[in-house]
Amino acid sequence: MDISLQQVGYLYGKDTPFEKRALQAVDVTIHSGSYTAIIGHTGSGKSTLLMHLNGLLKPSEGVVQIGDAKISAGTKTKGLKAIRRHVGIVFQFPEHQLFEETVEKDIMFGPMNFGVSEEESRRRAHELIGLLGLPADVALKSPFDLSGGQMRRVAIAGVLAFKPSVLVLDEPTAGLDPRGRKEIMELFHQLHIEENLTTILVTHSMEDAARYADNVVVMHDGSSVMSGTPEEVFGNEEKLSSYRLGLPRSVKFQRDIEKMIGRALPGLALTEEQLAKAIAHAATEVGDR
Amino acid sequence: MKEILSMDNVSYSYRVGDEESKRAVDGVSFTLHDGEWIAIVGHNGSGKSTLAKLMIGLLFPDEGDVNIFIEKLTEDNLWEKRSQMGIVFQNPDNQFVGSTVQDDVAFALENNGVPFEEMLHRVYDSLAQVNMSDFLDHEPHHLSGGQKQRVAIAGALALHPRLLIMDEATSMLDPQGRDEVIRVVENLRCKKGLTVISITHDLEEALLANRIIVMNKGQVLAVGTPKEIFLRGVELKTIGLNLPFALRVSGLLRKFGMELEGEHMTEEELVNELWTSHFSK
Repeated sequence: MDISLQQVGYLYGKDTPFEKRALQAVDVTIHSGSYTAIIGHTGSGKSTLLMHLNGLLKPSEGVVQIGDAKISAGTKTKGLKAIRRHVGIVFQFPEHQLFEETVEKDIMFGPMNFGVSEEESRRRAHELIGLLGLPADVALKSPFDLSGGQMRRVAIAGVLAFKPSVLVLDEPTAGLDPRGRKEIMELFHQLHIEENLTTILVTHSMEDAARYADNVVVMHDGSSVMSGTPEEVFGNEEKLSSYRLGLPRSVKFQRDIEKMIGRALPGLALTEEQLAKAIAHAATEVGDR
Repeated sequence: MKEILSMDNVSYSYRVGDEESKRAVDGVSFTLHDGEWIAIVGHNGSGKSTLAKLMIGLLFPDEGDVNIFIEKLTEDNLWEKRSQMGIVFQNPDNQFVGSTVQDDVAFALENNGVPFEEMLHRVYDSLAQVNMSDFLDHEPHHLSGGQKQRVAIAGALALHPRLLIMDEATSMLDPQGRDEVIRVVENLRCKKGLTVISITHDLEEALLANRIIVMNKGQVLAVGTPKEIFLRGVELKTIGLNLPFALRVSGLLRKFGMELEGEHMTEEELVNELWTSHFSK
């Protein structure tokens, strides 16, 4: 499902003394099946933007097109439920939304709300408990007796359970330990490929954006100011820094090395593995001379 | 060096009497001195946050003593001790009370009876330290996550605490915001002798500490300087932690057949070694 935002603007508290502009003239196109990372410093409008992706916020100006559905300023929108069925959002700290008596029931809530049978919902819940690396016996436990990391996984399972075709992730690994972070990011990547999802990741981590995304959108002061492949976006250090964003660590290290040896290494090291390979290769060339 | 905080064989269990439940904190002892920056690291569920709650008297130990400023923390002296400690939690939404940013920062000062003129000065000063001076009259709830956290940190700094405890306080900030906050804290430590405890997953942040305490299953697994701790490499990985970037890249470079002398904690050290031993020929 293609998603596009055309000249979207949004004002919080419109026509009140607290009116505050959060988005201005945002143009973003997200192709079906792509993995898009939305980056920008805090307050740049990333989270406001993502709430437009399933009609939680309605644009004050412009048009949001989600598949065939159109949400535009000043008109009444129909079919929001259908949109929300296709677009699953994992919010920041999604564990705050847990509420049911048992983990199983919590995961089943979403699909049953969208009309999936109880039996099928339960089957999905148990499948997801395994997929997310939770012990099988958590199904009948209260989600509130679990550790923070486990609660996060249950909450994510609750979104995956209604099988959205677009998965929107807002800082899904904030507060997790490094291993938990890696496991969850790898899982999303695996689902992206296996289930042919359209994935949208809102993140502060330039490293995650560089490693997983094929499309990067930069937000700054409520506007979309840059977009392209990770190579295009992270290859432009000067422009990025004007938006108060840094380079992924591996790219920064590549630049430091290049400065030291006085020549460029081929390509852009988007991951630590690519970085190490490029350095090792350059070193053998020096050795051969 | 004066002692600021010590834990003496402290244990705590959330469910007393339940044989099956593990102790969240199990026989932990360490001492923290004036002007030190100590990082407590460990995976989710390793007991770090429980430890923080014990330090500030939100919980009291089942066994052992928590001593703050060389005195045992009790329900009687709790408020006096807390007035000298600043605490910043992971999610700032849970700790806002004021309707504007400046009111929020002033809240704890009012509670502690700071005179009005002094209060104004401290509010402006602490907001300036976290680069939030332009937001005095904003509503805290309308700020972005990172801005909120900077306000929460300003609220803690305004108390002029002797001890600042940060429980995953930078985990929600963007990289620039994180660097800013860490610089502010490091600066306060150097200039005003502030003692800092940061509970963190961010190993680059832990690198800045004087000492690191590694928690695992409620117990202290290791204590040492960052270098001592990170040289234990594989062991850290098996308990769900990672290594700092420079060490991870060093490991990969070796895997691709490059020889490196020594271990490097920072990118700068690694770049220098690569230059001298591989590229300067």
